[in-house]
Parts: sequence; structure tokens; C-alpha cells
Amino acid sequence: MSDIDVAATDAVSISEFDRLTAPVPAVQDGGPEMIQLLTPEGQRVPNADYDALVATLGDDELRGFYRDLVLIRRVDAEATALQRQGELGIWASLLGQEAAQVGSGRALKPQDYAFPTYREHGVAWCRGVDPLNLLGLFRGVNHGGWDPNEKNFHLYTIVIGAQTLHATGYAMGVQRDGAVGTGDEQRDTAVIAYFGDGATSQGDVSEALVFAGVTNAPVVFFCQNNQWAISEPNDKQTRVPLYQRASGFGFPGIRVDGNDVLAVYAVTRAALDSARSGQGPTFIEAFTYRMGAHTTSDDPTKYRVSAEVEVWKHRDPIERFKAWLAHEGKADHEFFAAVEREADELAVHVREGCLSMPDPVATEMFDHVYVESHPLVAKERAEFTAYQASFEGAH
Amino acid sequence: MGATTIAKGINNGLRAAMDKDARVLLMGEDIGKLGGVFRVTEGLQKDFGEDRVIDTPLAEAGIVGTAIGMALRGYRPVVEIQFDGFVYPAFDHIISQVAKMHARSLSKVRLPMVIRIPVGGGIGAVEHHSESNEAYFTHTAGLRVVCCSNPSDAYWMIQQAIETDDPVIFYEPKRRYWDKGEVAESADLGLFDARVCRSGTDVTLLAYGPMVKTCLQAAEAAEAEGKSLEVIDLRSLSPIDVPTVVESVRKTGRAVIVHEAPTFGGLGGELAATIAEECFYSLEAPVLRVGGYNIPYPPAKLEEEFLPDLDRVLDAVDRSLAH
Repeated sequence: MSDIDVAATDAVSISEFDRLTAPVPAVQDGGPEMIQLLTPEGQRVPNADYDALVATLGDDELRGFYRDLVLIRRVDAEATALQRQGELGIWASLLGQEAAQVGSGRALKPQDYAFPTYREHGVAWCRGVDPLNLLGLFRGVNHGGWDPNEKNFHLYTIVIGAQTLHATGYAMGVQRDGAVGTGDEQRDTAVIAYFGDGATSQGDVSEALVFAGVTNAPVVFFCQNNQWAISEPNDKQTRVPLYQRASGFGFPGIRVDGNDVLAVYAVTRAALDSARSGQGPTFIEAFTYRMGAHTTSDDPTKYRVSAEVEVWKHRDPIERFKAWLAHEGKADHEFFAAVEREADELAVHVREGCLSMPDPVATEMFDHVYVESHPLVAKERAEFTAYQASFEGAH
Repeated sequence: MGATTIAKGINNGLRAAMDKDARVLLMGEDIGKLGGVFRVTEGLQKDFGEDRVIDTPLAEAGIVGTAIGMALRGYRPVVEIQFDGFVYPAFDHIISQVAKMHARSLSKVRLPMVIRIPVGGGIGAVEHHSESNEAYFTHTAGLRVVCCSNPSDAYWMIQQAIETDDPVIFYEPKRRYWDKGEVAESADLGLFDARVCRSGTDVTLLAYGPMVKTCLQAAEAAEAEGKSLEVIDLRSLSPIDVPTVVESVRKTGRAVIVHEAPTFGGLGGELAATIAEECFYSLEAPVLRVGGYNIPYPPAKLEEEFLPDLDRVLDAVDRSLAH
């Protein structure tokens, strides 16, 4: 056997051996710089910078956070089931990221504007978008079925990171409208851009940080670091903690426990307040974990070990908040049971609405290409209509 | 309105649009104090302020991406891309966002923005400064693509483009920026109409932007040889004013398409196919194309050989008439 043959054989066997005997990886935690107000066990950690912001929350609002967390997780589970049953082409699950989305979404004011990725179902919920409207995109009925200006929630952007520039430009428009730093709480407006750890490698995100920095635009960059960009872990994207990127662009960056709804709310609220008052952008890294697959088309068992997922299960965003609410006497068994019942009802709404969603009318694909009339589109629409009508029995 | 250049015509048109609508603002590299590398925006920042004439960071994706956000907020941004070959960093935003947002939103969101691009060669520039990349954009549904060829159209078309609620790619023939001409008192054509700029009976020449002048010169020279050429300035590349083209070719029975862009996959192919479909029984000769060769834009010392000129146009006319 030649040397080359030995090497080739060994390469295969060593790789297999490594895989089978690899130690459980040290699962990353957010480190001491991470803002956390609730431990995974649900114990309140005092924080001089953020306690005051949380103290303003009434019990109703706190219970509301819990309701949001549970309901959106249920929507997510139902959508995943609908995909498995062939009713959705694909679904991007938010499982594990509920607190990052609800905490930030509830920090927004009505006049603020959010630019989501395709996974921001929890933010959509907070903005008042019916979950059914999200399903149209994943069912192949439309590319986005809601009016962005009705809820100040833009359409899902699928090209990774592109929306960070749209958010920044929107914020530059807000500046020109004189809706920053007036002190009028109904008028001053902030913009929030959602994106993930993978997106931080995109040039668009760096350009957005440049534009926001030099214009001091009222925009908050909300990065959900869920540890995985499909199959690629953080260390394939960055050599420094993501929140530290901000300093190079000249504005603050902060890491928050993304599974702690109180901390996310407080940190985002402070960043939005700062933006509205004219202090410029903030970069928030919400340290969280994608408990499920990237989408229903993905198989995470090929690239990550279950031991890592187990560690994050203990950091679950809902369990810790429930424990704290119960311990503080802010919610009782009856409340938790009522939320469960509401979740069941919402799941029925999502399922029935999905199944009864009408298919789009074919001619309408010509109707939205341009605002103003366009001879080629009009010609093809007429040809298409005539062609369809030419079949026997067509009407 | 008197004589002016194409560059000044666009400048005046931008000024008129900004006077008329406070939501119109300009974004681009070096467009403020410098007035742009071609001085098309000269004096506008001084008069309208830095909030409306924005010197952006040097990042084309960032410029177009933030312009999208501005448009979403209700502004009507006019973006300047410094040179044709520098639009590609912004290509993703133009193709995936600008062109598709209205369809994606089922007509709920409009992006009334204009992307100005100086186009074409003939100025002795280094690489990336002389390209004709219109076919990338005409191939993309959701965009409108126009190209002016004279000072009057420059003045009126830029205003019409800004008033259009759809996104418009606005090409400016950079080697003709300093050509002078009279500006009409009012816009005599819609933005998407072609212009018959010289009537003739033997062959139809179809051109746009910098090649319109070349074709008019060719027609002048052909007249001396007793040939009557009709010259059509397409003005709009998407949509194409098909009726004007068809009417002319049905009359002459011959068509020669002239553009600086390489012919393969270029707009000439689309025009030739349309003419074949619509004018088949009127044609006396195959439709011919005169364009750039299908190679990367050559070094400046070779661009005269690369670009269509009067002689190459007349050569094609002769080949058409030989049938």
C-alpha cells in the first residue's frame, strides 16, 4: 500500500472516529457583559441601569408578555405542523427566540417602524399583524400579505441583511420629517432593523452601520444571535463578539440575554428612547438560540450535537418568565391555564384560516408589477386571459 | 427656453422638480459641493441644503438601499450612480428590492425613485467608466428604463421620471453631456414615447442615447448619396414604444438597430424579434444590428474601433439595402 493510499484511508476513518468520540462542545454563554435581569431559573438579577425601565411595567403588561410568548410559540408550532402536513411549502421557526422578539416588539411605540427578516413572527404579533397573514408567504399564495404602513411593520425581507439599509434610509427620512428629538412622545420616532448573526457578514449590514453612524439616524440594529446561520456557527462569521462591531462604527453596542424577555424589553426600550431623542443608533446583540431547524427544509442533526440543544433547553425563555411571575405572585394557575386555552383557540384560527385561504387569481400576477399602466404587461395579461379562455369549458 | 447642454438640462430639470415637490431629494457620491463628477448637480446643494442634496458614503448598495427606505417614508429620492460600471454593487437592491417591492406588496407599497446613470463610452476613460448595461435593467420587470439624447429631452424627461410613481432607471449619455441644443417650452412627448427625429423612406434606424446623434449624422451623409433614412430615438427602453417602431418599419421595410452595448442579449435582439413578429410581411431585408462587439469594453485606445460610428451604421444600411 502506498503512502497516498494510507493517507486517504486514514482521512476517512479518523474523521469518523473524531465525530463519534468528540467531547460535548462547551456551549457558549453570553459572558459577564451580557445584560440579564432574569436567570434561567427565573431569579431576578438587579441592574442599576435597567431596573427603572422594568419598574414602569404594570402587572397587566407583564402578564401580557407571557401571553405573547406562549401564543406566538403556539402559532409557530401550528405552522410547523401545517408544513409537515403539506399545507405550507416551508416554515421558518422562531422556537427559542420568542423573548428576543416579544421583548423588543413590545418596546416599540405605534409610530415606530420595524423592518423584519422572515423569522420575525413574534414581532409581527406585537405589531398586530394577524399570524394568518404571515402564512400566505409560506403557503405560496403571495410574497407578503399585509399592508406594511397599517402596522408600521415592513414586509419580510428574504435577501439576508438588505432590510438594514431600508431601515436606515427610513430613519434618515424620519430625521428629515423633524420627528426626532422634539420631546413630543407621540411624534418622536425610531426605526428597528432585525437581522441575524449570519447577516452581520453581509456587506449591506456594514454599509447600514456606516450610513447610520455618519447620519446619526434614529435606528436600532437588533441582531438576534441565535448561534447558527443555517449550518454555520458563529465562529464562521466573526472573530469578535458581534455587539463589539458597533464601536468601529461609532455608536454603542450591547449584548443582552435574548431569552430574558425583561432584559430584552429594557435594553431595547433604552435604545429606542435614545434614538427617538436624537442620540443616534444602537447595536443590540440578543444572545439566543435557534432551538429548531433553520427552516422545515433543514436537518440540524447534520451539523450540531443534541447536547448543545439540551443546554439551551434549560435557558428557555418562557419557563424562566413563568417561574418569576408565579414566584412574584403576578400570575396564578388560573391565568396560565387561560393562556393555554387561548393558545388552543389561536391554533385553530391559524389552522382553519390556512386551510381555507383562497388561491390567488392568476391574472392578478400582472396587476401589481407597476403603479402606472405598462403596454407590455397589459398585452401579456390580455394574451394570458385569451389563452386561458381558449380551453374547452373555460369560463 | 433657449439653448443649453444635456448636463445643464438635467441640472435645470432637477431644480424644477425640487422646487415643485419638497419630497424630492438627491443622493449620491460627490453631488454636493463638487456638483457631481460631471457637474450635473452643480449648485443644487447650495440652494436646497444638505438635507435634500445628500453627499453619501462611498457605497452604492448603501445609497440605493437607503434610498429605498427614504421612498418607503414618503420621499422621492433621485440617486446618482457616478459611472455605469459602478452600479453593480447596488444591483441586488435594484433587482431584488426596487423592481419587486410593488408586486411583492400587492400594490400597497410604491417606490417612486429615479436612479441616474451616466452611460456609454467615447470619453477615453479607464475601465468600468464606459459601459452600456441597460439590458440588465430592461430584462427586469418592475423597472422602467429611459435614456435621453438631447438637452430638451434631458430637461423634460428627468422631471417626468421624477413624477413617475414607478422606479425609473435614467440613463444619461455621458459623452454628449456637453452637446448644446434648444429646450422646448413644454414636454411634447410622454416619458415612454419614442420620437421620429428624422423622416425617411428607405431604412429605419433605431437608436437611443449617444447613438442618436451618430444615426442622425449617418442619415445626413446617406442623403448625399440619395438614400432616405428614418431615425427613431427610442427614448424609453422599457417599455418600448412598439407602435412607433412598427409604423416606421412597415413603411420603410428595413430596420437597423444601433447601440453601444454588445449585441448578444442586448436590446437590439428584443427589437429585432418584435419587428419580426409585427412587420414580417413588410420586411424587405433581415433586421440588422450594429453594436459593441461581444467583448469586455476595451482600453481607451481601442474604443473607436469598438463603438459603432457613422461608417459602421452606413455599412449596415448598405447591407440592408442590398437585399
